[in-house]
Amino acid sequence: MSENRIKIVEKILDANDRLANSNRQRFNEVGVYSINLMASPGAGKTSFILKTIEGLMADGVQIGVIEGDTAPVTIDSDKINAAGMPAIQINTGGECHLDAVMLENAIDQMDLSPLDLVIVENVGNLICPAAFALGTHSNVLVASIPEGDDKPYKYPNIYRGLDVLIINKTDLLPYIDFNMDYFRQGVEMLNPGLTTFAVSCKTGEGMDPWLEWLKGRISK
Amino acid sequence: MHELSVTESVLEIACKHAEQARAKKVTDIYLVIGKLSSIVDDSVQFYWDFISKGTICEEATLHFKRIPAEMVCLDCNHNYTLEDELTPCPQCGSARIRVVAGDEFNLESIEVQR
Ligand SMILES: Nc1nc2c(ncn2[C@@H]2O[C@H](COP(=O)(O)OP(=O)(O)OP(=O)(O)O)[C@@H](O)[C@H]2O)c(=O)[nH]1
Ligand SMILES: [Mg+2]
Ligand SMILES: [Zn+2]
Ligand SMILES: [Zn+2]
Repeated sequence: MSENRIKIVEKILDANDRLANSNRQRFNEVGVYSINLMASPGAGKTSFILKTIEGLMADGVQIGVIEGDTAPVTIDSDKINAAGMPAIQINTGGECHLDAVMLENAIDQMDLSPLDLVIVENVGNLICPAAFALGTHSNVLVASIPEGDDKPYKYPNIYRGLDVLIINKTDLLPYIDFNMDYFRQGVEMLNPGLTTFAVSCKTGEGMDPWLEWLKGRISK
Repeated sequence: MHELSVTESVLEIACKHAEQARAKKVTDIYLVIGKLSSIVDDSVQFYWDFISKGTICEEATLHFKRIPAEMVCLDCNHNYTLEDELTPCPQCGSARIRVVAGDEFNLESIEVQR
C-alpha cells in the first residue's frame, strides 16, 4: 500500500447509526419503549396502530405516535389524535424513508415523559427503511395478504432486520391466492424463529397475543 | 436503496479523513459493498459527480468491490454462496440459514495527494 493510501474501514451509514444510538438513549432515559413500524404503502400500518391503541386503552397505556410521510399531509396523524393519543407528523420532503435525524427532530417536539410507548410509522416502502436504523427498541413489519406471498424473496433486507412480523388482513385469505407455507419458508430463511403474529385489523382477530407481547415490553 | 444519502455519507467520511491527513486532493475512493446491500453502483456514481464538485474529493474515482453473499446452514453447518435468489441449504434443505458475508457497506480506504 502506498503512503498516500489512507486506510479507513468505516461503515458508510455510521453517522446515522451513531445518532440512532443517541435516540435509543433518550427513550431509555424516560423509560419509553419504542417501535419502528415498517410496511409497504397500504399494508395497514395506521390501522394496526389504531387497533393497538384501542387494545391497550383499558390498561391506561399512553402511546405517542410519530407519522412519517413523503407529502405534507396529516391524514394519519389526525386519525391518531381522534383516537385520543398525541401524534407528530414528519414530512420527509419526498425522501422515501425516515432516518435517525428525522426521528431526533420528531422526539424534540414530543413530550415523552407521560408516555409508555412510542410507535414510529415509517414511510410506506420495503427497501430504504431497512438500511436506516432509527434507534427504536424493535423493528416491526406489517406484511399484508394482498401483497402476495413472495415478498420475503423480493425484499430480503427488510425481513432480516426484524424483531417482530405482523401478517395483516388475514380476513382476506379466502379471497386471495396466498401460500402461507411458501411465505413462511422465505421468512424462515431470512430470520429463523422470527416472532410472528397473524392478525386482521378489520375483525380484530389475532390481536390479543400481540398485545400481550407488547405489554411484556412496556415497563409500567 | 437510497443512493443520494449514501453518496453524501461517502463524501463526508472521505473529506473528514483527507483533511485529517492534510491531503491536497483525493484521487481514489475504495468502497466495499456486499451483494446483499442493495446499492446500485451507477446511481452512486451519478450522484457523486454532482455532490463532490468543489470539494477536496472532486474528480476522485470510485472503486466498488463487491462481496458475494455467503450463507451458513444452522442445521448442518454447510457453507454456500447465494446466487441471485434466496435458496434453502443445498445440502440438507433446511431454511434455517444465516448470512456470513455480503452485508458489508464500508468505505475501506482513500488514495490522496499531499
Ligand atoms: N380487509 C382488511 N382491510 C384492512 C385491514 N387492515 C387495513 N385495511 C385497509 O387497508 C387500507 C390501508 O390501511 P392503512 O392502515 O391506511 O395502511 P398504511 O400502511 O398505514 O398506509 P400508508 O400510510 O398510506 O402507507 C385501508 O383501506 C384499511 O381499511 C385488514 O386487516 N383487513
Ligand atoms: Mg398510514
Ligand atoms: Zn429512501
Ligand atoms: Zn444444511
